[in-house]
Amino acid sequence: MTTPRRLLGLVALAGLPLAVLGVFFVLPVTGMVARGFVTDGDLDVAGVLEVLTRARTGRVLWFTLWSSAVATVLAVLLGLPAAYALHRLRWPGRGAVRAALLVPFVLPTVVVGVAFRQLLGESGPVVALTGGRVDLDGTAVGIVMGLVFFNVAVVIRGVGAAWEGLDARPGEAAAALGASPAQVFRTVTWPMLRPAVVSSASVVFLFCATAFGIVLTLGGLRYSSVETEIYLLTTELLDLQAAAALSVLQLVAVVALLVLAGRLRAVPDPTLARSTARPHRPRRSDVPQLVATALLLVLVAAPVVTLVVGSLRVDGAWSLAYYRALGGGAELQALPVPVTGALVTSLRTAVDATWMALLLGGLIAVVLTRRSRSRSERRVRSVLDGLFMLPLGVSAVTLGFGFFITLDSPPLDLRESPVLVPLAQALVAMPLVVRTLVPVLAGVDDRQRQAAASLGAGPLRAMATADLPVVWRPLLAASGFAFAISLGEFGATSFLARPSDPTLPVLIFRLIGRPGELSYGTALAASVVLAATTAVVVLAVERLRVPSLGAF
Amino acid sequence: MRRMRMHIHPTRTAVVAVLALAVSGCSLVGTGDDESASDPAEGGGEAGGTVVLVTHDSFFLPEKLVKGFERESGYDLEQRAGGDAGALTSQLVLNTDSPIGDVAFGVDNTFGSRALEADVFEPVDIDAPAGVEENALPGDDEGALVAVDTGNVCVNVDTTWFAERDLEAPETLDDLTDPAYEGLFVTPGATTSSPGFAFLLTTIAAYGDEWQGYWEDLLDNDTKVVKGWEDAYQVDFTQGGGKGDRPVVTSYDSSPAFTVDGEGGTTTRALLDTCYEQVEYAGVLRGADNPEGARAVVEWLVSPEVQEALPSSMYVYPAVEGTELPAEWADLTERPSDPWSVDPDEIDANRDEWLQEWNEPVSR
Repeated sequence: MTTPRRLLGLVALAGLPLAVLGVFFVLPVTGMVARGFVTDGDLDVAGVLEVLTRARTGRVLWFTLWSSAVATVLAVLLGLPAAYALHRLRWPGRGAVRAALLVPFVLPTVVVGVAFRQLLGESGPVVALTGGRVDLDGTAVGIVMGLVFFNVAVVIRGVGAAWEGLDARPGEAAAALGASPAQVFRTVTWPMLRPAVVSSASVVFLFCATAFGIVLTLGGLRYSSVETEIYLLTTELLDLQAAAALSVLQLVAVVALLVLAGRLRAVPDPTLARSTARPHRPRRSDVPQLVATALLLVLVAAPVVTLVVGSLRVDGAWSLAYYRALGGGAELQALPVPVTGALVTSLRTAVDATWMALLLGGLIAVVLTRRSRSRSERRVRSVLDGLFMLPLGVSAVTLGFGFFITLDSPPLDLRESPVLVPLAQALVAMPLVVRTLVPVLAGVDDRQRQAAASLGAGPLRAMATADLPVVWRPLLAASGFAFAISLGEFGATSFLARPSDPTLPVLIFRLIGRPGELSYGTALAASVVLAATTAVVVLAVERLRVPSLGAF
Repeated sequence: MRRMRMHIHPTRTAVVAVLALAVSGCSLVGTGDDESASDPAEGGGEAGGTVVLVTHDSFFLPEKLVKGFERESGYDLEQRAGGDAGALTSQLVLNTDSPIGDVAFGVDNTFGSRALEADVFEPVDIDAPAGVEENALPGDDEGALVAVDTGNVCVNVDTTWFAERDLEAPETLDDLTDPAYEGLFVTPGATTSSPGFAFLLTTIAAYGDEWQGYWEDLLDNDTKVVKGWEDAYQVDFTQGGGKGDRPVVTSYDSSPAFTVDGEGGTTTRALLDTCYEQVEYAGVLRGADNPEGARAVVEWLVSPEVQEALPSSMYVYPAVEGTELPAEWADLTERPSDPWSVDPDEIDANRDEWLQEWNEPVSR
């Protein structure tokens, strides 16, 4: 095979994802940024550069970088033991805990913000218990905690999926030769796990760096991140020049991060043996990991419990009144649909967003993990790799406004298209799908595919035999993720969804945005329903098995 | 800009073909768009097709009213949300070349002049009922914006909290800086919330050039500034859902109608000397595909049916005089007779500067 032909094949596979990315990401973002560079019809680069030299820009950038970095490190440190306990050990209730830890991911920021602030705020239990010595409301510590709360699930799932498929035998061999658990981890497990950890960490960092609601809600107005600043500049001040400057800055930073992550992810020999060991029962040496997981569960549960309790307390007594209101009622008449109706809309959208994300992300993952035969091919792959991560690193506001100013004329008059909502959500979920699948697919020895091919299997058949068995579980993990992201997505959805047909997070936002105990309580109850739905769906998806995998 | 678009065209076509295949072919659940995708253009009736109403994201009117409008006018009404009032205005301004709908609702008197300056709206000639004219945006000489509803952003107090402590509740802006009320006031931020910005305008209207000094005093008196209305009211305010510990909050003059005490009274009260009047407008977008339909929507929005539904649907007061209010509203709320205001042009010219000056002490 000649290189050009292989390259062509590569591009063909990448065609659909590239087209989607081009239309729904590159075009809107460049369109929006271009507006900022043009003043009165003239290109004005100096004006944009001037924004970058403002003291405030530096402050905002610095806060974004350090808070995201700290939150990422914490999420990894907390997530690793949990990934081990939840994916390598076998114990009752493991599946439920796994699903529960995903719950924060789908809760609308506005609700989590409220729950967090009730916990940490002046009248909350933390202040009361510590006698006022610990008041985290409106502090940077509070913001970082919120970011970790949201993102630790990314590490657990991303790393867990890879860890599950690791061959346990090298580690066992090392242990038999006298290596301590710490030594086994350092010399055997960590090198094999590193690509997955770096992958997850880079996703977490991007999520943190573009977190919008949580920074403002928990940090009050003392802290601004690049994202909150772009929002303010675009929607309130209509200062497109400054917004464009920050968007470009954001892009540059993200690209730099991705290059760095690419370096760190690379391992000399990515070939993994397929897992042959079932998860084992906890041993004494696993106690620290289990304790760490329990601790994490408590941390994640605290705000969620606040929500649940709040949704069940009516006038100081336990009651299901707020849950009864979910079906609609006379007093809640100012809702376009009852909460149950919004839930159905959410679920329908989530199914569409999930298959879109899996389709796009799956194609990209396959393209990225085929072994490169030439330097130019490798280069094309690494560019593609970074390109598909970009949607995570760019301001939702820039993208949302860009949609409207660029997708406005035939043949791309897509502003009214009902596809926009699931597709926007799929764009957010896609990088996660890619990052979950790539480490695993990269670990499949290419010789297995070659062997299948030489035995007469076509490309699809070879993939089904060599790749699918290994990638099945990560694929499920990724679909659960995509589903959860779609269910919880608020930013893009609130922009694009029809007001008469809102998703559940949008409806919750409306409920919590008005006075009266009933709306507030119903908002909490609706959040609990959203969280429970997610947990149940994720749990169910993970139960699916490929029959041929029965004999591990 | 134009040239760039030209270049993209051929690829766009291919891309759309691929997308159409991918999307229409295999959507598992449909798109939730069954209604409006199938029947608009062809089945729209004599008056002519679909009319697109762009609104802010808290717009809502009961289905029954919408259906009634569609039946009587012959138009199909399609709604689209464009974020909060600020985001909506920005979107309208950015899309003047190809408007995102036919008619817009939700641009308020703090963003109105920005929209007028960008020529977003077409002057509309309707028989405006009494009240609409009175609430017109100062400077809107052509009558492009039609007032639909009004509401005041006022400081609210928890009357039970003060009664339990035998304290006089604060009444004026000055009182909020009185050490007797230290640590009791919470307000959403001006940069992140529309009532927050309205309260900033109140202080600018009341104190003129001295407003920054007033804010210094407010902050010295341990005023808490949070992100949005929901943070202030639902978390920190004593009568909010989260039962916070601050009995004074920035909210609306209609809020007391929702804090009922179960005995026909309310547990909160709006301070009428601290109010800023917000008016929300509707208008026909310049370059609309369906200007006639747009005009019909504007007329419908100031019709008695819609005006009467406004309090229970959107928590605002009808702009049209003589519209009947719900009983609780009539009984439990009071409206300021002379709220504060700032000239729209002045807001437009100074918004950036004010917000930055405001942000300085708050973020310290």
